[in-house]
Amino acid sequence: MPPTAISQAPGFVGRPTRRVDGPLKVTGRAKYAAEYDAPGLAYGYIVSSAVAAGRVLAIEADAALQMPGVIRIFSHADRPATATADKAWQDEVAPPGHPFRPFGSDEIHFALQPIALVVAETYEAARDAASLVTARYEVTQHRVDLKRERATAYDPPEKRAGIPPPPAPRGDFAQAYADAPVKISADYVLAPEYHNPMEMFGTTVVRNDDGKLLVFDKTQGSQNVKAYLAGVFGLPEGDIRVVNAYVGGAFGTALRPNMSAVLAVMASLALERSVRVTLTREQMFALGYRPHMEQTVSLACGRDGKLLAVHHDAVSGTSPFEDYQEAVVNWSGMLYACANTKLSYALAKLNTNTPCDMRAPGATSGVYALEAAMDELAHAAGIDPLELRIRNFSERDGNTDKPYSSKALMLCYREGAARFGWSRRQLAPRSMREGNELVGFGMATGVWEAMVVPVTAKAILSADGALEVSTASSDIGTGTYTILAQIAADAFGLPLERVTVRIGDSALSAHPVEGGSWTAASAGASVSLACAKLKEQALARARRMTNSPLAQAAMEEVAFTDGRIALAGDAGRGVSLADVLRASDLGHLEEEASFTPDEKLAGRYASYSHAAVFAEVRVDEELGVLRVPRLVSAVAGGKILNPKTARSQILGGVVMGLGMALHEEGLFDHDLGRLMNHNYAEYHVPVNADIGDIDVLFVDEHEDKLGHLGVKGLGEIGIVGTAAAVANAIFHATGKRVRDLPITLDKLLG
Amino acid sequence: MLQRTDASQRGELYRVKLAINGAPHDVEVAPWVTLLDLLREGLGLTGTKKGCDHGQCGACTVLLDGMRVNACLLLAVTCDDRAITTIEGVASLEPTAGGGLHPLQDAFMDHDAFQCGYCTPGQICSAVGLIAEGHAHSRDEVRELMSGNLCRCGAYSNIADAVWQVLRDGTAGEGGR
Ligand code: FES
Ligand code: FES
Repeated sequence: MPPTAISQAPGFVGRPTRRVDGPLKVTGRAKYAAEYDAPGLAYGYIVSSAVAAGRVLAIEADAALQMPGVIRIFSHADRPATATADKAWQDEVAPPGHPFRPFGSDEIHFALQPIALVVAETYEAARDAASLVTARYEVTQHRVDLKRERATAYDPPEKRAGIPPPPAPRGDFAQAYADAPVKISADYVLAPEYHNPMEMFGTTVVRNDDGKLLVFDKTQGSQNVKAYLAGVFGLPEGDIRVVNAYVGGAFGTALRPNMSAVLAVMASLALERSVRVTLTREQMFALGYRPHMEQTVSLACGRDGKLLAVHHDAVSGTSPFEDYQEAVVNWSGMLYACANTKLSYALAKLNTNTPCDMRAPGATSGVYALEAAMDELAHAAGIDPLELRIRNFSERDGNTDKPYSSKALMLCYREGAARFGWSRRQLAPRSMREGNELVGFGMATGVWEAMVVPVTAKAILSADGALEVSTASSDIGTGTYTILAQIAADAFGLPLERVTVRIGDSALSAHPVEGGSWTAASAGASVSLACAKLKEQALARARRMTNSPLAQAAMEEVAFTDGRIALAGDAGRGVSLADVLRASDLGHLEEEASFTPDEKLAGRYASYSHAAVFAEVRVDEELGVLRVPRLVSAVAGGKILNPKTARSQILGGVVMGLGMALHEEGLFDHDLGRLMNHNYAEYHVPVNADIGDIDVLFVDEHEDKLGHLGVKGLGEIGIVGTAAAVANAIFHATGKRVRDLPITLDKLLG
Repeated sequence: MLQRTDASQRGELYRVKLAINGAPHDVEVAPWVTLLDLLREGLGLTGTKKGCDHGQCGACTVLLDGMRVNACLLLAVTCDDRAITTIEGVASLEPTAGGGLHPLQDAFMDHDAFQCGYCTPGQICSAVGLIAEGHAHSRDEVRELMSGNLCRCGAYSNIADAVWQVLRDGTAGEGGR
């Protein structure tokens, strides 16, 4: 990473800091997976299934093979051998089931499933030849309608690792609900959503003369992809290296190894040359997605607004071959205090690819339903929606009865409401207007798990005083490069431009997939530990130098600044790190350290980040045209390492939440079992004109049990609650409750 | 350029002269190659991004004789004798006193107007074109007229701030890291 702009005094952590990868990104020099060249590079283009369920009887490729420049066409009928055991295809984050194998058999599980790969000398030849490949199918009845399949829903027999199943019922929901004076019950429906990062999936496999593969891939976990590819193709781990230095967005879709990686490696091994495979935008809609969901929430409270009964049931789509699971209903057992709860979650098989974690998976869906229902309850009870939440504030996680490691949600409510001007809200719906527009204020709570994972990092100090820190993490736009540089620069009192961060390479120290909002806290902690260990080593060597002014100095008595170790308070008495290296006769000093989560603490406390989201909507009374001119997101996320990039994380979550509320919707043709709107023109995501003022504020929250940095992570919390806040504001503006997302004009006027 | 294969495998080739970022390029190109693929695959100018290949996202925005266009919708053979500016050449249009960047590039960093960075080259080229068009006179008009450039990371409000600042002040503003 080349250096960034001139830095000021040391002390970067906690200060708004420009991205260190900014110069590369604004000049087009940051290279993404499909942008690496190689001698003799061949191009692969995927042919997708036209049907949603059945079998491929024959692939007709003769015409395509006649095309000039076409090298070979791979399919289930003609491909190199791959691993036979499911185990080899199960990556680090695979849900239970039989993982999808591109070209594994003639079976078709979902529309747009890859059925052939045309490899040619040029991209254009591959693309054109692919259009000539046809297939004959035996078509069977597909299932893509979740409403219909809800009747077939089942409790997944094998639970997904890391995802808690719904907790057992508490108290007696049925009795409490029956006896309560105020109650509501409603169904909430979520359309399938597609991550659609701007960069389409692509993999460039560069084959060295010795047969070793350097794989440039779009992924959130270089080591996950490396282990997977080695297993699938039976390669020694040393023969394959995966690099993902820059990732053009992912939002969860690149947690699991992608078909482009499998097919590019398959072709490269068979043809013994370098190969690039990229997906089309249409094919991006054949990947994992945020599943369709049908939910029912029933809530009851006393006249005082205290919750008496909570029931939340969710049915989610999954693929024919894997039981994808999220924690959807669990939030309803912990976010508010309630003695009588009943939570249930089931899956229904659909002819789609396996859903894949998308920004705050489970919470985004489940908390939408809970928070929309809370708004309905507040209305039924005649209580202000914010006041209802405050009255039901939970001091302990009701599902586990553990205290929170920290929970500054009350501050989010107070500061967010003040910033928004919530007190100006009239209680009755349809009671605020300006000109032709009905005005509505809505709010919701957001919550996401604060997690830490084991990470190892390395720190290297070179003779010129430059510091390099590294771990096989990823920066998918999250700011990982920047926060790690800030942490390392502070440890050694260096300006930012003296620090190089290396991530995005499977050859670096161990790091799990980048996701779950755990990277800042975990990778950050490991880098800080590696730096601390390196400082110890440097000081030990400095003490041993002849006539060392630091001979007796302990770590607490010295300061590291600008390439020197000196006595704190007497900068003159010290040595330069360059001299330390010279005295030790070493070219560089190096240390590796691992951060390991404290299991004992994790067992005693529940850790979550929280948010309070306040939205204003304006609806043209006659035309139904809707806009969200302003929104406040007040977040409790522990310590904020970089307010600039942190704010952007929340903005991104909010924008995606607005997409969920108002725009995003995969539409299936139920006759054909195919998605109809598989492109950016028809699958709407928010554009600049859709986005009003978004005010992000971070409240003070002291977290001291979740790793020594006190960080909770911010990648997901911004989306949770956003859609509900908007939906609730729409009800407040119009008096009309639309429970099926997205809330489009037709539903509003209908 | 484009010499990966011999002509017989690639069908008919046409000779096209382009000025890219001020440098003359004389290329032989098949008629089905888009300007976007010529830049990325043929000339190694990968700063211009492909987000859809259908004219729906703006990631491929470049300046064709100063006008913003979607490079995925143009066939390279139709660009004979035209001048193209890509993100790699934007800085030389109007370098700032400091790091040799265009004021928009600096403003994008200052306002954190990107996350993953994949839409960024298109956003910046689009903003250069927008400013040249002279139709945007307020931040709201910037938002409207930048709406052909999607940002799935959701950096929109920061993009609007950065572009509006340069449009208004001609500079990246107060700085701060
Ligand atoms: S790639 Fe050209 S508009 Fe999307
Ligand atoms: S910065 Fe990622 S798409 Fe705009």
